[in-house]
Amino acid sequence: MDIQLKRGLLDACVLAAIKNEDSYGYRIIKDMKPYLEMSESTLYTILKRLEAGNMITVRSVEHEGRLRKYYHITREGLRRIEEFKEDWKEINAIYNFITREETGNE
Amino acid sequence: MNKEEFLSGLRRKLSGLPQKDIEERIAFYSEMIDDRMEDGLSEEEAVAGIGTVDSIVEQIMSEIPLSKLVREKVKSKKSLKVWEIILLVLGSPVWLPILVSVLAIVLSLYVIIWAAAVCIYAACFSMAAGAVGGIAGLFISLFKGAPAVALFSLGAAAVCAGLAILLFYVSVWATKLILKMTKRIILGIKTSFVGMEE
Repeated sequence: MDIQLKRGLLDACVLAAIKNEDSYGYRIIKDMKPYLEMSESTLYTILKRLEAGNMITVRSVEHEGRLRKYYHITREGLRRIEEFKEDWKEINAIYNFITREETGNE
Repeated sequence: MNKEEFLSGLRRKLSGLPQKDIEERIAFYSEMIDDRMEDGLSEEEAVAGIGTVDSIVEQIMSEIPLSKLVREKVKSKKSLKVWEIILLVLGSPVWLPILVSVLAIVLSLYVIIWAAAVCIYAACFSMAAGAVGGIAGLFISLFKGAPAVALFSLGAAAVCAGLAILLFYVSVWATKLILKMTKRIILGIKTSFVGMEE
């Protein structure tokens, strides 16, 4: 898959995983698992990117005597999800165009 | 492998990165392992599920730009002791020329490889030119009424065209090979920057 397209898709997935409720690394991976297998390293990179883009904020919460990082979606992050939905409509239209061409040739 | 071994292995392999980055990554993987264990996995299983240290390091390395690694390397050099600096300065007539020549040799080797690719392209181009020339010769000879020479020109043109097509594929293949090699060399340089502190 085109790397830019994939990056946008993964970003949106992670944002969606924390959209309704703040979440932490392991739970994000678990919540996405039925739809998308993501490695810890990949998640780390995405979280860093989202944080740098002000789409999420991070806070450390004490849990069972250790620290756990919770990720919270910002207004910017919510807007990114909406943007992604719009982008996807375009991609869908292009997909329809591509498959139509295929059936046309047969 | 238990959590302690995994994290210390990771820390050792990442030692060329900025300290802040290392601590953040270690904290991240530590939390992941703890959460997996809380979810009912044994320590060994939790660590195994994260992946091997080497595969994680490789992924991290491929994502980090080379410039960041070099900058970190230069920054850590600032903490040199006085005698080390004096030694470096006094020794500069020796190590500076050596360093420059090594770099020059490496650079020229790289240029030579590309030159080889350019040669293949040139050969391909000259064969194509030869084919055009052969066709021209064919018509000229026909007009002059020399059918034997015309036939020879046609044959020469066909041979040249065939070789040009063949060489074109060879040159494309060579270019791809060199680009692939370049990518590997850069990855190698990155790893050596980090590995030097092991």
